[in-house]
Amino acid sequence: MENNIITSVLLFVPLVGAMLVLLFPQKNAPLIRFWGLFVSLVTFVVSMVIYTGFDPSVSGFQFVHKIAWIPSLNITYYLGIDGLSILLILLTTFITPLSLISSWKSTGHKVKEFTFFMLLLEVGMLGVFLSLDIFLFYIFWEAMLIPMYFIIGIWGGKRRIYASVKFFIFTMAGSLVMLVAMIWLAVYASEQLGSFTTNLLDLYKVGPNVPHNIQSWMFLAFTLSFAIKVPLFPLHTWLPDAHVEAPTAGSVILAGVLLKMGTYGLIRFCLPLFPQSSIQFAPYISVLAIIGIIYGALVAMVQSDMKKLVAYSSVAHLGFVVLGIFAFTEEAMQGAIIQMVNHGLSTGALFLLVGVIYERTHTREIADYGGIAKIVPVYATALMFTSLSSIGLPGLNGFIGEFLILLGTFKSSVLGNWWFAVFATSGVIFAAVYLLWMYQRVCFGKVTHDKLNKLEDLNTRELVTLLPIFVFIVWIGIYPSTFLRLSEVFSNSLINYIMKI
Amino acid sequence: MINWIYLTVALPMIGFLINGLLGSKIKNEKVIGIIGSSAVGIPFLISVVALFELLALPNDQRVFNVPLFTWLSSGWLNVSFAYRVDQLSIVMALVVTGVGFIIHIYSIGYMHGDKGFWRFFAYLNLFIFAMMNLILADNFLLLFLGWEGVGLCSYLLIGFWYDRKFEKSTTSDAAKKAFIVNRIGDFGFLLGMFLIYITFNSLNFAEVFSRAAALSIPTYVFEFIAIFLFIGATGKSAQIPLFVWLPDAMAGPTPVSALIHAATMVTAGVYMVARCSIIFALAPSAMAVVAVIGLLTAVFAASIGLVQNDIKKVLAYSTVSQLGYMFLALGLGAFSAAIFHVMTHAFFKALLFLGAGSVIHGMHEEQDISRYGGLKKYMPTTYITFLLASIAIAGIPPFSGFFSKDEILWHAYINGGLFVWIIGVFTALLTAFYMFRLVSLTFEGKERFDHHSVHPHESPKVMTIPLIVLAILSVIGGFIGIPEVFSGTGGNLFSSWLEPVFKTANSKIHHFGLHSHFEEILLMALSVAGVVFSIWLARHIYIKNTRIADSVAAKFKGFYSLLRNKYFIDELYDSTVVNPIKKVSENLLYRINDVKIIDGAVNGTAALVDKLSALIRKFQTGAVQFYAVIMVFGIVVALFWILLSL
Repeated sequence: MENNIITSVLLFVPLVGAMLVLLFPQKNAPLIRFWGLFVSLVTFVVSMVIYTGFDPSVSGFQFVHKIAWIPSLNITYYLGIDGLSILLILLTTFITPLSLISSWKSTGHKVKEFTFFMLLLEVGMLGVFLSLDIFLFYIFWEAMLIPMYFIIGIWGGKRRIYASVKFFIFTMAGSLVMLVAMIWLAVYASEQLGSFTTNLLDLYKVGPNVPHNIQSWMFLAFTLSFAIKVPLFPLHTWLPDAHVEAPTAGSVILAGVLLKMGTYGLIRFCLPLFPQSSIQFAPYISVLAIIGIIYGALVAMVQSDMKKLVAYSSVAHLGFVVLGIFAFTEEAMQGAIIQMVNHGLSTGALFLLVGVIYERTHTREIADYGGIAKIVPVYATALMFTSLSSIGLPGLNGFIGEFLILLGTFKSSVLGNWWFAVFATSGVIFAAVYLLWMYQRVCFGKVTHDKLNKLEDLNTRELVTLLPIFVFIVWIGIYPSTFLRLSEVFSNSLINYIMKI
Repeated sequence: MINWIYLTVALPMIGFLINGLLGSKIKNEKVIGIIGSSAVGIPFLISVVALFELLALPNDQRVFNVPLFTWLSSGWLNVSFAYRVDQLSIVMALVVTGVGFIIHIYSIGYMHGDKGFWRFFAYLNLFIFAMMNLILADNFLLLFLGWEGVGLCSYLLIGFWYDRKFEKSTTSDAAKKAFIVNRIGDFGFLLGMFLIYITFNSLNFAEVFSRAAALSIPTYVFEFIAIFLFIGATGKSAQIPLFVWLPDAMAGPTPVSALIHAATMVTAGVYMVARCSIIFALAPSAMAVVAVIGLLTAVFAASIGLVQNDIKKVLAYSTVSQLGYMFLALGLGAFSAAIFHVMTHAFFKALLFLGAGSVIHGMHEEQDISRYGGLKKYMPTTYITFLLASIAIAGIPPFSGFFSKDEILWHAYINGGLFVWIIGVFTALLTAFYMFRLVSLTFEGKERFDHHSVHPHESPKVMTIPLIVLAILSVIGGFIGIPEVFSGTGGNLFSSWLEPVFKTANSKIHHFGLHSHFEEILLMALSVAGVVFSIWLARHIYIKNTRIADSVAAKFKGFYSLLRNKYFIDELYDSTVVNPIKKVSENLLYRINDVKIIDGAVNGTAALVDKLSALIRKFQTGAVQFYAVIMVFGIVVALFWILLSL
């Protein structure tokens, strides 16, 4: 296979950009901000170049870049893109500049460090989605924790230290178990293939041959790590804390991209590496996913903090994604993949909107608001639109993902039971309850606090961050084929592969 | 023109975008009103032309499919933005755009001076867009887009005056309730769709219906699908047990009540069941459920309507009751009778609401009929048109309501039996009674309002002309469905127009033996006589002897308060469903499970590590001698261990 260096360019643009930030004078905050934005936009352009060259009809990886790295252990620097990763890469390069613009004003201090960490975070996220070598993957997977840890820990709210440590420990605990499983697998590969390897594509051939009981353990080890990241019930409690304390940009990235690394990992690793165990454990994981859908929604309903509410809604939404992954039908898989993008857009936008209002009033308590639709009509409209997208109104993006997932779950022969879909579908009721209730308390009624009368409506910068997201919310809702066709071949061949085994 | 049918969807969307995005800048009410109204008026003209094009074709060729582009495709799924023009959808399109246009015009007058004038018209256009998608869709998914879309518009318009109080709570509570209750119905609808998908491998009407008729699929599958779809219908069309949102929906501006919560949106469930007639026809038990729920809702809601004092509430319960009638017809297999009643009901109920709006307008926002009285001399046009609509809904021949109601009652008799017919007629008597109670208390008798603060006046022409147009339709609209017994060999025009749509379904339903024309005319005469008596009674009590009403209320105090409080259904739902869910979520799930158990375990682990480390730290004394002692001790233990194991 011919090497294609554009994938490495994608990875190194933000990395070099981050390094160069360190050379800028600390005082010149505007310059640093523009540089950060510029770098992230260049990254976006590179990803668009990749998108235009991407051939969705090809199964397998494109734009592959492979260099021997640690030859003694047969570890390679190995990057590539397929129908699964292309969407997530585009999501990453799309969300990063928007979150940088959103933090234009709110991160008053240490702009240089902030920009540095944000770009580094982008490198980590892209690396996770690009790596085809599990050693390389693990490095990005772990490295990405560091900038996020600092972003929450430095620019976060009052309990930021507690939240960042909790975030770190939760994720780390899972990762270590995965590391053990990875090493075991690489060693097992040396028995099977004759050489120690961390090449994911080689391991794909090895994994299904792992003896049944060991495969179960391997599967659980990987799944634990990813499930924490998703987060799957009952491993979700780090998320509300992390979100509440994180600055807006952190929350947007966290919800928009970071959580998807968990579901991405499930699809990229757990399913093809351990297909038998995936099918064996599918009903149990689906039950947890469904509990997450209903539980997340119910707990979201009773939150008094807007950010916590949105955080719990993520638990519910990601529950849908996990359910879609483990239904093992093409519809559900396609739904799960597009729902990852949808959640990134809708929840990203929700966090942006909560951030906008928090910047003005420094409170996220729902009770501190009321009747603001009259004072900030554009804001209220944007919040309504985003809520509707999150609720899954047909015609907007959320519906496409949820519908495909539920349809595929209903059809699933692996789950083999309507009840999964029936319970999961009840989630559509609760989603409407918690978001509309929040909306009502914030925007409708009489103006409850005098100081709200001075609230300013969305400014141009904020509109610039929101409008691109809105365009995609409608686009995916009305004409999802643009996006679904990218992952169609991937989903189809993965499902066929697993169902054959 | 049929190939341009998508314009009937696109124009309202364009109207929504123009008024929604630029409305606050346009400011001129006339311009906004004209944009909004023509976004519905032009689609009406298109529909009329399309109707004539259909009429020019033989009856069995009147089906067209107008695809735009693929919407969602994955696995077996392949659905498009594609519109189906046939006898059924064109009838619905004419009603929606026709009545919709009239109500748009009326709204120009009614909403005059409101700060949200542009927003109102934007929402109304969005509603028409969604509603047209619902009725023209050629597949379940697009129908669902419209289905949810009209729900959203209903939500936005009920809460239009979002800072106002409504009864004990606020308009936004009413709006939220409508949305959520509808979502409960949608839950059923979605499950129905999933089941259709795995049974027929498709969501396109043409494929699903032809496969349903051709394949041999066990009956229970159809029963499940039908029941799930019907759950959806009970939400949208306000049937037992999900009707509770519709009376509260009256919090919205009155034209909204007329358009959405009487004439069009709430009939979507009826349309959907009729559209899926073949599925229901193959599910006999589900049909029985539909009929029973419809009948119960009809009589139940009518009984509540007897004692309400809010003019819009009376009409709201009347709508619930009339919708029940339509479902009764559907459940009995009288699909075209149900659609006929959808149409006539759209005329007279829209008129009643608009008339009520005109009264409210003239009475300075007063809605309590106990503070009206003798208004006919102040608002003659409103009075006459309201009276005509009341006669129509009561079912006096030859007004439109008579024909559609009579057709349903006749089917109740032949397919349901005498008992069903009796309850149906009883409901008709109640209907006539509460309508003429309303007319009497509002327009006749003593003037009970305060002449100093209230100066009743007739509404402007922009509001009364729509009333007159609707009144004409309410009077003559029934003539297209004159039953065979009167029209002779020509048969019933309306039902023979729809006949091809319901042909397959009708062939699957067992219709009972022949009945004579004499029977039909006798039953008709009986019900009309009953209705006339009911009207007389209502006028007698509420114009001349108002004391009778009070003494009856006092005599049956318990029953009266049960009716006044709408059988306490809202309270029942609150205490059995809403509050327990909130409490469990707050206390058990969040405060105990998340905070105490899960986080407790996590933080507990951290604390444990902390404590253990503190314990171990005590060994790190820094004294070398202490380390040496431990080391020696360790070596000794190790040696013993080795010795013992040898």
